[in-house]
Amino acid sequence: MEIPYTISTRPDTGLWNAKVGIWLFLASEVMLFGGLFSAYIFLRIDAAPGMWPHGLLNVPVGTMNTAILILSSVTVVLAWASLKMRRYRAYWWYMLATISCGVIFLTVKLAYEWPQKFEHFGAYIKPEALGKYEKYLGNERRAEKGLEPRIEITGHLHSQNAKEYEVALDPVNAEPDNPAMDRPHFFPLPVTDKIATIEKEDVERATMFLPTHSAYFASYFTITGLHGMHVLGGVLVFIYMWLPVSKKLYQRNPEHLANRVEVSGLFWHFVDLVWIFVFPLFYLL
Amino acid sequence: MDATSVETHHEPHGHDAAHEHHELGWWRKYIFSTDHKVIGIQYGITGLLFLLIGFSLMMLMRWQLAYPGQALPVIGKWLPHIFGPGSMPDGKMTPDFYNSLGAMHGTIMIFLGVVPLAFAAFGNFVVPLQIGAPDMTFPKVNMASYWALFVGASIMVTSFFVPGGAAKSGWTSYVPLAAISDTGQGYNPIFNGQTLWLIGFIFLITSSLLGAINFITTIIQLRAKGLTWMRLPFFVWAQFVTAFLLVLAFPPLEAAIVMQLMDRVAHTSFFMPSGLVVNGTPLSISGGGSPLLWQHLFWFLGHPEVYVLILPAFGIVAEILANNSRKPLWGYKSLVFSVLVIGFLSFIVWAHHMWMTGMGSAVSAFFQTTTLLISIPSVIILSAFFISLWGGSIRFNVPMLFTIAFLPMFGIGGLTGIPLAFNSADLYLHDTYYIIAHFHYIVAPGTIFGLFAGIYYWFPKATGRKMNEFWGKVHFWPTLVCMNVIFLPMFLQGMAGMHRRWYDGGQGWNVANEHTIWGLTGFQWNHPISWAAWIMGLAQIPFIINFFWSIKHGEKVNDNPWEATTLEWTAPSPPPHGNFLTPPVAYRGPYEYSLPGRERDYTMQNEPVEPAERSRRKPAAEPVLVSH
Repeated sequence: MEIPYTISTRPDTGLWNAKVGIWLFLASEVMLFGGLFSAYIFLRIDAAPGMWPHGLLNVPVGTMNTAILILSSVTVVLAWASLKMRRYRAYWWYMLATISCGVIFLTVKLAYEWPQKFEHFGAYIKPEALGKYEKYLGNERRAEKGLEPRIEITGHLHSQNAKEYEVALDPVNAEPDNPAMDRPHFFPLPVTDKIATIEKEDVERATMFLPTHSAYFASYFTITGLHGMHVLGGVLVFIYMWLPVSKKLYQRNPEHLANRVEVSGLFWHFVDLVWIFVFPLFYLL
Repeated sequence: MDATSVETHHEPHGHDAAHEHHELGWWRKYIFSTDHKVIGIQYGITGLLFLLIGFSLMMLMRWQLAYPGQALPVIGKWLPHIFGPGSMPDGKMTPDFYNSLGAMHGTIMIFLGVVPLAFAAFGNFVVPLQIGAPDMTFPKVNMASYWALFVGASIMVTSFFVPGGAAKSGWTSYVPLAAISDTGQGYNPIFNGQTLWLIGFIFLITSSLLGAINFITTIIQLRAKGLTWMRLPFFVWAQFVTAFLLVLAFPPLEAAIVMQLMDRVAHTSFFMPSGLVVNGTPLSISGGGSPLLWQHLFWFLGHPEVYVLILPAFGIVAEILANNSRKPLWGYKSLVFSVLVIGFLSFIVWAHHMWMTGMGSAVSAFFQTTTLLISIPSVIILSAFFISLWGGSIRFNVPMLFTIAFLPMFGIGGLTGIPLAFNSADLYLHDTYYIIAHFHYIVAPGTIFGLFAGIYYWFPKATGRKMNEFWGKVHFWPTLVCMNVIFLPMFLQGMAGMHRRWYDGGQGWNVANEHTIWGLTGFQWNHPISWAAWIMGLAQIPFIINFFWSIKHGEKVNDNPWEATTLEWTAPSPPPHGNFLTPPVAYRGPYEYSLPGRERDYTMQNEPVEPAERSRRKPAAEPVLVSH
């Protein structure tokens, strides 16, 4: 028994089966990430003043990763076009480039960006103690300028004992009144040498930049994590189609391989597109 | 797949004996099968089994509601050995166990019972046959879909046996209750009821997605030659729309489930508001989450899900109605467009489940309007079904009995929903037994009657034998009576103000004991209801025996025992791998019963149009037929 239209197109729809399937799958994916992005909007609108942080992510690295993903979307199309022109060698190289881009993206995310966050420390100050830490927060000036109050002190946790945290401050808390600190920086500023002592009884909650830190980091890690799993899935599929197994399929039926690359390429473009939403939502806005 | 298949593709591939007959081993043939019929039957048996399990959970709850605090006789002393000492010590049900049963009854009935049976089983078995296809477009994906369901179902069942028992925050898992339940001392951080519920659900959603994508692609790509969209049986249309609902509505719930899982495992605060205090202790969480967000995402699935439950039953009923009234389905086009409109509108009515949350009057007004709009296509469908009976020569066989019973039962369920669509009326009725009665009339005597009808109707196609008519009637009549004794009084209880989540059946509440309705107080009405439920349990025994007995010993029948018109009846019973001996061609619509000037009162879709017939038809209506 042979299922019709696995490779050739059905005349009245002009499509082969997997192409219909992948578009439906992408529709469901749009709804999945749509659900998550609407949660982001919901939580951000609901956030209390000072509870939605800005400028904590590394924008140049995010920009680079964006460029890498866009590049990989180009190379996967070139890989497909090479197959259509029956140039297997070129296909092989373009596929390798696509896989490499995906691997670089994941490495940057998992080995650099995420661990950097895990090392960063933040302490939310109790409302009644905010005055005590005015020299790190600069809220008087911010109130005059009509800016949101700062309620968190961030940096690297140097040491702690039963009563206090010692924190090497981020520039934003080291020079809170500097107008340059009113806006996030494109290039992240390194943690300063200035050490602040924060008493534990003044602290509402203190954590590293983990999903538990805030609704912002919860959404960030969940959405980038799920997106990362999609990238990983795409890379694995591409590796399968790049291994010698694919050469055999190519020799038997090049069009079949081209179709496979086309549907997985469509998926890859979608993963890229999700990132195009993730990048501004978390890094820029 | 070989290189030549591209060229040979458009030729009808006559069945290649060498190819068809390489025998698969037992495991590949019956367990890890890629044949849509085997997968359909696997889904069907799984679904029926879980309907029985879900119903059994409810029969236990009915004891507690009718006789609160009393030891359950006979089986009561065995249950603690199965469900653990915290479930029913000395045969008396604990509140936690009652809550587990309630939450799991809903989850199992909807996601493991009705969806696998109505959508996946009937869809898998019948749709490819009705559209004249050799199989689904992606047979391996189809198999993966069933096994994802199997894993999800296993996780759900396992959750009964972990410390603390199964999920107990309602089938809706409202937060923050669900996010904090089953945590702390005595609970495993992962292997606890609620977390397993979430993990199981991810598999169930995966299963539905794979299945639904397969269905839509199959219907678009593999329709037989000549089977245009408006010649599709209504059942195929219903499954087509249902599949779209699953593809588009389930993923937002998956997003919500991932977030609740994060809340429980990684201690995030997606759904945890700031300043949450549990048992007098403020929780050490970041806060800033929104409980309302869960409800929005849940009901964004939850409402289309209602139509996932009912549309396949509509489809089954339509087939059996036309077949047994021996006349064309009345208003085929109206039915098709109504089902499409229902599909669209079902995505914009979800917040009518949330009138009590204080969303604001503008939001309520919008959802109230859309909710009332969606009743229009539903009424069109039901009216068309009723009119289809008019003037027919009705055959009262078992499938038809269930089908005819479906119509008023679904009607009661639908009409009693209208007061709930208005938020002013709903404020009073919300969370009472009225709600329970309303939606059970739709899914229990509604959908489940449709499913029984479908089982009796397509059983001969799957086995080559009919189920026994007499025992089918013994199954039907008590079930019909008991259904109504169970659910009609619940309307009264609800209107009297009885809350749906009372663990003691209302015994400890004045409102349930002060007023009498037809001589019984609200609480006392639990007795006839519970007894009817248990008797209905007994009434399923003839069905179970009939089902298995008929597989081997039922009356042998030909390929088209009901003298039906659609393409599945042109295939052998049971159909071989690949289904049809020659690829079928459709020449006409799906319900050509009692065509004038014919010897037989049914004309099958694959019967070519005769010249004499052509002159009787209006050319404009059938342009395909007049072109030579």
